[in-house]
Amino acid sequence: MRVPVSWLREYVDAPTDPAVLEPALVKVGLEVEEITDLAATVTGPLVIGRVSEIEELTGFKKPIRYCWVDVGEDSPRGIICGASNFAAGDLVPVILPGGVLPGGLEVGARSAYGRVSDGMICSARELGIGDDHTGILVLPPETAPPVGADARPAVGLADVVVELAITPDRGYCLSVRGIARELSHSLRVPFRDPAAHDAPGATEEPAYPVRVDDPAGCDRFATRLVHGVDPAAASPAWLQRRLTLAGVRPLGLAVDVTNYLMLELGQPMHAFDVDRLHGPLVVRRAAPGEKLTTLDGVGRSLDPEDMVICDDRGPVSLAAVMGGANSEITSDSRNVLFEAAHWDPVMVARTARRHKLPSEAAKRWERGVDPQLPLVALQRAVELLTRHGGGEPDPRIGDIDTVAAPAPVTIPVDLPARTAGVRYPPERVAELLAEVGCTVSVAGNRLTATPPSWRPDLTEPADLAEEVARLAGYDQIPSELPVAPAGTGLTAGQRRRRTVARALAEAGYVEALCYPFVGPAAWDALGLSADDPRRETVRLANPISQQEPALRTTLLPPLLATLRRNLARIPDGSRDIGLYEVGLVFHPARGGAGATPPRMAVSDRPPPEVLAEAQRFVPGQPWHVAVVAVGDRDPAGWWGPGRPADWADAVEAARTVLAAAGLAPDGDRVAVRPGTYQPWHPGRCAEILVDGAVVGHAGELHPAACGALELPKRTCAMELNLDAVPLPPPVPAPRVSGYPPAMIDVALLVDAGTPAAQVRAALRDGAGELLESVRLFDVYAGAQLGEGRKSLAYTLTFRAGDRTLTTEEAVAARDAAVAEAERRTGAELRGG
Amino acid sequence: MTYRNDPYDPKPAAQLDQSALEDGVTAAEKAFAAAADPDALAAIRHQHLGDRAPVSLARREIGTLPPAAKAEAGKRVNEARRRIETGYQHRLVELERQEAQRVLAQERVDVTLPADRRPRGARHPLTTLMERIEDLFVGMGYEVAEGPEAELEWYSFDALNIGRDHPARTTMDTFYLAAAGTAAGEAGLVLRPHTSPAQVRAMLTRQLPVYLICPGRTYRTDELDATHTPVFHQVEGLVVDRGISMAHLKGTLDQFARAMFGPQATRLRPSYFPFTEPSAEMDLWFPQHRDGPRWVEWGGCGMVNPRVLRACGIDPDEWSGFAFGMGIERTLMFRHGISDMRDMVEGDVRFARGFGMEV
Repeated sequence: MRVPVSWLREYVDAPTDPAVLEPALVKVGLEVEEITDLAATVTGPLVIGRVSEIEELTGFKKPIRYCWVDVGEDSPRGIICGASNFAAGDLVPVILPGGVLPGGLEVGARSAYGRVSDGMICSARELGIGDDHTGILVLPPETAPPVGADARPAVGLADVVVELAITPDRGYCLSVRGIARELSHSLRVPFRDPAAHDAPGATEEPAYPVRVDDPAGCDRFATRLVHGVDPAAASPAWLQRRLTLAGVRPLGLAVDVTNYLMLELGQPMHAFDVDRLHGPLVVRRAAPGEKLTTLDGVGRSLDPEDMVICDDRGPVSLAAVMGGANSEITSDSRNVLFEAAHWDPVMVARTARRHKLPSEAAKRWERGVDPQLPLVALQRAVELLTRHGGGEPDPRIGDIDTVAAPAPVTIPVDLPARTAGVRYPPERVAELLAEVGCTVSVAGNRLTATPPSWRPDLTEPADLAEEVARLAGYDQIPSELPVAPAGTGLTAGQRRRRTVARALAEAGYVEALCYPFVGPAAWDALGLSADDPRRETVRLANPISQQEPALRTTLLPPLLATLRRNLARIPDGSRDIGLYEVGLVFHPARGGAGATPPRMAVSDRPPPEVLAEAQRFVPGQPWHVAVVAVGDRDPAGWWGPGRPADWADAVEAARTVLAAAGLAPDGDRVAVRPGTYQPWHPGRCAEILVDGAVVGHAGELHPAACGALELPKRTCAMELNLDAVPLPPPVPAPRVSGYPPAMIDVALLVDAGTPAAQVRAALRDGAGELLESVRLFDVYAGAQLGEGRKSLAYTLTFRAGDRTLTTEEAVAARDAAVAEAERRTGAELRGG
Repeated sequence: MTYRNDPYDPKPAAQLDQSALEDGVTAAEKAFAAAADPDALAAIRHQHLGDRAPVSLARREIGTLPPAAKAEAGKRVNEARRRIETGYQHRLVELERQEAQRVLAQERVDVTLPADRRPRGARHPLTTLMERIEDLFVGMGYEVAEGPEAELEWYSFDALNIGRDHPARTTMDTFYLAAAGTAAGEAGLVLRPHTSPAQVRAMLTRQLPVYLICPGRTYRTDELDATHTPVFHQVEGLVVDRGISMAHLKGTLDQFARAMFGPQATRLRPSYFPFTEPSAEMDLWFPQHRDGPRWVEWGGCGMVNPRVLRACGIDPDEWSGFAFGMGIERTLMFRHGISDMRDMVEGDVRFARGFGMEV
């Protein structure tokens, strides 16, 4: 809501100094978006000039005038002007060279049409105070101060415009009336209500017949008729200026009057050309299939929930939202029927949304309009129209009124004090609520307040508590820390996510937080088969991009896109990047096609079985963790060459995550085995298992995927489902022996295709309890071993907790380990 | 010199002459001093302390002396030998010290060479900041509640007193999920526009009183630009207890603001949210703001609307509560002078590395 302060000052003594005005508005909850000092929107000399002589220049495409204008200097200035709506002797605003108009146009002495123009005569639009650009702004002859003086006060630029963000509960503040009232509360100065205006009541017969068929949708409908208005009459300059400053375009007297009163009082109105109506007006719901072309020229199919105003031919107005083209005021309209009604806010909200018509009227109806305004608004409209457009008001007044009185709200008188934490004496509570406009009575410790007609938002005890706290001032509220009962700290899952994230950062990876949006192109690039379950996504009804209409089922596509963005920004030669993300992925719920979650009430807690049924529709959202890497894992430098990141780094990243999650990577519960899973290279993909269940994959990406994603060859990746990794029980402390170890190396010959992890597991299982560790220190394949063979060399470390091992014990354990490896993998002890 | 009363075979005892002993000591000291390193020193040791060294020969001559003279001669020989050995040891220590110094000087490196042989990782500052906030509130006894990001509309709106026709619902600019067989926006599921649904879930499942915060990801249908992002982060707080007032809300937010920004003026300003009544905005005073000193909006808050309590089965006559919601991005921007939202969104490693492991 934009409003000039001069308008507010008609009803409250508001300060014009922004430094005083802004906090006064903020104090009562009116958020100030902008305060504009209009005088500063035109800079430099803007003065009143008198046109002393006009020379018509001919021979150009359009009429051009060369004017001599007295601006209070020794001699008049010569100024070119393209308008011709003024005569010698008229007073006009002149901006002199050096001045700058709103929009940044710098005025200088310039040559045109063979003359020098030493300034510029301005139109209302050029000054930013109106929409009129048909001619220049001619000031009234009685304008003071005289020629040569600053023209800003005379043209209305000595004003300040405030732009406020009005919260949805305060519909009444979408008006000068409401804002002025709030300022009076804030500044503790008197308020002069623009609605406190004598207005005659309804007469026996209305001037125009009306029937309301649906009082639930329209509980008040009042009309006044004015005959014989001058259709050529224009709105006065002050009215146009106020509309313009408020952001509303002047359109013509009758319509301008309705808009002016909507801004001033908050009552949206409509003006019909009564000669274009046929038969009585009927207010009802739209019939199925009915159509109406609204004022904006759009043909609309109406919904049976929409309210319409009809005549014999059908709808003439989409009630409360926008009038119809078939009955609107035109430049020939002489007989004007004003309508001021009161509509159901929910109906208007739905209609406005359905037809995508967030009009100024609809905005006010949705937020609540004072139902006691119609007769006053009509009286003001009739007065304004007849004063500026002539005509004769019809003495008959229509008013169909079924408005219910506001319901009283009863509260414990100490509720505001308990809510705010401030001691408000009971009489102060009553006084503040009365100031808001409530009718207040106190009986014992109960207070009953009947809200005023303009406050439909005050329906509950908490609403009254807020009004008291707000008017008394939030700055009265003290600062006190409540004491919480002892908490239990972070959950195991929360701690684990932190530890995992920190471990990866410490391992050299950089955390990214990617958008979770994906599209089918990503799945194709990853090479997922048509029936890959990861293609079964949760889709959005209104995605940001049609290319990415779904939510990720794996963290990889957005994370790889982030990797690519980084590569594009970083110079060649330092493109060594490792990224990770810990985030949710989304899997469709099994709610059933076409089914929707049960509708649940809000009057009380829904029953557990209904909550459980609704929960079935919530997509599965496990926490995943993913790592991607390109370039060198260990950077090159003065110490020598770098080491490229490869599949093993991806596997190690998975082991880092599991270790951080409390699973010792060399313990019994974690296993790694070869896998085949897109988008990984089929020969370089590790399955990561916990307790025998696959929890994720790691390795080098498939060359085709790297190509499709425009990533460097041999990009590596790892992804785990963290929620599939069980939270470990408390770790049993390891036994640390001080006795000396016995270390024995063994080299085992196996088939080249035998996974090392299998051999290791066999050695570990076979060696028994004396084994402290197994470490693979060499992998060798060579001609002397034979085709398709490899040698794995391990150091086995044996140790007992209670004695020094004998050589015989260690050798026996070694032999058992080798025997088990032989049994499981066909391993042969080399040189053994 | 000879001893006339030698009963057996008188022999000359030239080496026992005191001046000969002194010569031997002097010669040894000279030779030791001339040795350039421990090896050279070791190589000449036997010349002065070995079997054929002058002091050793002198010792042998003692046997030729009469018993009365032996003690005196032995003393002198021992003294000479001790002096030579001491000289040797001193020289050895000195030479070893010199040698050690030479090695250390030789091993000198340029310690200003870059030592970045391991890649440097980093947390995203938004997650680090969320963790800091969690720690602050956990320290005050709060718990950290979580909920799904793809969420039922009922938790996201209805239970929060934002009915289907509520004017506030249109301003939420919400992502709706699609479901086969249902019209757009009718699936009953959204990407949560705030973390409040997690509060509703907590109120439905936890024992009162509750003191909790809900940090996490939230979504609104804004296009990405310098000041908007469709995916962002919030931390919401919720307290439901007996006798909770706006004073407690202000005290809690003041504590939060101090932890984030230092001692700074704050104000509550009346506002409106469907889920709170009374409602307020929390503003922070920024004396160093780049556009001049001013109040800057930090986040919304208020007393939990009794309708919300009722929807969660909580009696508003017995319990009251407060709630607040702050943007993590906004908080990070204020704290660290970030002017473009995109820096926090694009995942550029240079941005996160600038923060490292802490904010």
